[in-house]
This record gives sequence, structure tokens and C-alpha cells, in this order.
Amino acid sequence: MLDDFFVRALVAGIGLAVVTGPVGCFIVWRRLAYFGETIAHSSLLGVAVAILSDVNLTLGIFFTATVVVFIVFLLERREGLPTDTILGLLAHGGLALGLVLLSFFPGVRIDLHALLFGDILAVSRHDLLVIWVGGAIVLGLLCCLWTPLLLATISNDLSTVESRKPLMSKLLFGVLVAAVIAVAVKIVGVLLIVALLIIPAATARRFANIPETMAIGAALVGVVSVAGGLFASLQFDTPSGPSIVVAALICFVLARIPIVFLKGTKQTTQT
Amino acid sequence: MDSKILVDAQNIGVNLSNRWIFRHVNVTVERGQVVCIIGGNGAGKTTCVRTLLGLQTQTEGTVNRASSLKVGLVPQKLEITPILPLTIRRLVALAGKFEDQEIDDALSAVGLDELGNPSVSTLSGGEFQRLMLARAILRKPDLLVLDEPAQGVDISGVEVLNRLVLDVRDETRCGVLMISHDIEMVFDIFDDVLVMIPHEFDQLRYSNAA
Ligand SMILES: Nc1ncnc2c1ncn2[C@@H]1O[C@H](COP(=O)(O)OP(=O)(O)OP(=O)(O)O)[C@@H](O)[C@H]1O
Ligand SMILES: [Mg+2]
Repeated sequence: MLDDFFVRALVAGIGLAVVTGPVGCFIVWRRLAYFGETIAHSSLLGVAVAILSDVNLTLGIFFTATVVVFIVFLLERREGLPTDTILGLLAHGGLALGLVLLSFFPGVRIDLHALLFGDILAVSRHDLLVIWVGGAIVLGLLCCLWTPLLLATISNDLSTVESRKPLMSKLLFGVLVAAVIAVAVKIVGVLLIVALLIIPAATARRFANIPETMAIGAALVGVVSVAGGLFASLQFDTPSGPSIVVAALICFVLARIPIVFLKGTKQTTQT
Repeated sequence: MDSKILVDAQNIGVNLSNRWIFRHVNVTVERGQVVCIIGGNGAGKTTCVRTLLGLQTQTEGTVNRASSLKVGLVPQKLEITPILPLTIRRLVALAGKFEDQEIDDALSAVGLDELGNPSVSTLSGGEFQRLMLARAILRKPDLLVLDEPAQGVDISGVEVLNRLVLDVRDETRCGVLMISHDIEMVFDIFDDVLVMIPHEFDQLRYSNAA
């Protein structure tokens, strides 16, 4: 069954969505969208590093992204620079540096389009293994971090006073984001990965009253978007990565409509 | 350090961005004591308490805390982003591992038991303040720290709140450190009070202890 490229794409995308849902929830709760964007952009530097040091692409991206996470934390601790300035510096600095470094190696051919927009239809069996095993590890770690991270999201002071080590859990979460992005770049690409983190989480907010249900809902929305996007891309011959994101966007819009209607009817019955 | 002493600060001062927020402050909280800090806006009360808890490093002086001191904190303000769904019971439960019954008891102690389990974003200011208090006492802390707990709480609520704080103190023999900007609110309950005055570095103190 896994011989079929479409089935492999589906299995890969679902594996990814199950992880980006819960991780994405923390991204939106902690307003880390630009942070995610920075990590994603820096993966171009990661690609250059991987090629220069002749290691696996995913490992190279993960390693570089982790370094970027630590740099963000170090710079943030020093007063003076606002966070979005630091992120902008690293995002575009990393991107530019990666492209410049790669140009020194004219023999190296990289598929920039695949890097920017992903190529889910090209995933191999080995990629599937990386996605599912890596995904399981990330989800496991996120479960362990769940409560401390949630409290750190609500209040740094409370979290410190209650001995939850907020800095440690935030740093570890940053490393988890680096891992997710390193794996996801191959599938949806540098430019679209953050959409897969944010849109399902934002969609699930409507139906959740506690954080845990929102995380599960985000995973489900992600899975539906991946399946919907992939089938649509097959049907209409559209690019797969963007199709998945558009499917997620449609889920988001659909999720908002019924509630607006419900509210409308409620108000009319009240008056 | 005396085993009754929970936290002790000697001659502490904090300087932020080249400005002294406060200086020459001495505070000691012992088990079973209610210590209040009062003063106008910007006098440095919150910064002082954060320093006592180790959330802010002091520029001068020394702070000693009892080892493995368990703190229950009600912060002055807490903004929870609306995209984070949170019910009141879930927020309270984040304080640690508790039985449902314990959570019920804490919620009814602050008079929130009739409310059910609504989303925190729907609470009024005073209700939220009570919720944070419930959360803090649920932890059975050694030191209960309240940063303007009476804000948004109605007049009868302030008496109930003071009563509750004293009850918790009597029951658990914890120390209480409480900030208020109004001495009348805390007049009946303090053992020790520190008055901080903005831009003045000589604090006044009174004691009810004698
Ligand atoms: N991180 C900071 N950097 C610079 N100044 C600060 C910082 N935090 C607080 N301040 C200043 O310290 C002073 C005291 O602040 P603090 O919050 O401790 O006052 P407060 O006594 O609690 O006031 P209020 O009654 O309004 O709560 C204020 O003037 C504030 O502007
Ligand atoms: Mg204050």
C-alpha cells in the first residue's frame, strides 16, 4: 500500500498534522507565530549547513534551528532589543546567509521551489519513519511539558513561584518547534509550515473550553485539511502544499460561519 | 535563620534603568504573621514583593527565604489571552495535583461555588480575584502573598476576604504578605505594616504586635 506515492503522502501529512495541531496551540497561545516563522526561515541556513558538513538534510535543519532558538533566548535576556526585532534579524539574516553560502557551491543543485513550498508527493518510506517516530517523540515530550508550559503561558511569575521552571520548559518547547519544522520543511516547505501550526489551532479554538480539547481539535482539523488538500490537489492538479493550506483555511472559515448564525438566531429569539 | 522566619530582607534596594525604585527596605515575615505593605501608586510595592520572592534580583541588600518555601501568590494583574480556552476549575487545577473535593472546598471558601465551571474570560474582575485567591490557598502555602487582593472586590467582599485570610492563617499557620494601597482595608488584620512612599527611601513602619 505504501508503494503508492499518494498513500505515502497521505500518511506523511496525517502524521505531521497530528503533531502540528497541539504544538501549534502553544504557538498561538504564546504568540509565537513570528518565532515559528524565524525558525522556518533559518532552515535555509540549515540546508546550507547540511550540505557543507555533509549530513542528512533534516538533521542539518534541526541543528541550525536549535542554535537559532538558543540565540533568540540569549538575545531576549539582554535588555534593549524588542523580540520582533531579534526575530526579524535572525529570520532574514538566516535566510540570506543560507542562500549566500549555497552560492559558493555551484556544483550543488538544490530545488529551491521544493524547499519553499514542500513536496509531499515525493516522501519516501524512510521519510515516513522519521515523521512518525519523530512525531511520537515530540508529542511524548510535549505531554511531559504540558502543565509547566501552560502555567508559563499564563504567568511567568506564578510559574516561577510554583517551581515549574518556566525558562526550562520554554527552551525545551523551542527545541520541539525546531524539530517539527525540520521534519515539516520537506512536506509543506519553509513558507507554508507556520500555516499548518496556526490555522488548525485557531480553527479549534471555537469548539474548545479547555486547552486539552483545543489541542485534540487542532490535530483533527489538521488531519482533515491534509486529507482534503491532498485529494483536491489530485482532483484539480493543484500544488499539494498550498492545497493543504487552502483546505485548512476553508476549515477555519467554515468553523466560524455556523456560530455567527447561531448567535444571530439566539439574539432574535431573545428579543 | 530562625525556623519561624519565612522570608527576611535586610536593607534591600532595586535599581531599574538607572533609577532607584526603592531603597533601605527591611521586611521579615514569620510563620503566623500578617505583614502588610501599603503605599501609593508607583511606590515600588509590587517590585519589593517580587524581590522578596526571588522574581526580581535586588541591586543591594540581602534576601533570605526559608528552604523549600511553598508560596501561594495572587498577582496584581494577570491577563490571559482570549485564544487560550480555560475554565475556572482548569486554571485552579494548574496549581498542582488536587482532589476534586479540595478544589470544591477552595472555590466555596471564596464564594465561587455557585458559579459552576464557566470560562475564566467571562468572570468579573472581583470574581477573577477571588478565583486567584482560591488557587493560592489550595496550595496550602507556607507564605501567602497577595498583591492588592481587594481590587475589584466589593465592600462586603473586603471584609470576607480579610476574614478568609485570617482563617487560612490560623488554620495553616502560614505567613501572609499583603499589599494594599489603603491602610483602612488592612487596619484590622496586620501584625506589621511597611509604608512605602514614592521617591522617598525612608520607610515608615508600625506594628500591632505589642
Ligand atoms: N522593569 C521595569 N523597568 C523600569 N521601571 C520599572 C520596571 N518595573 C517597574 N518599574 C517602575 O517601578 C516603579 C514601582 O513599580 P511597582 O509596580 O513596584 O509599584 P507599586 O507600588 O506596586 O504601584 P501600584 O500601586 O500602582 O501597583 C514604577 O514607577 C514603575 O514604573
Ligand atoms: Mg503594584
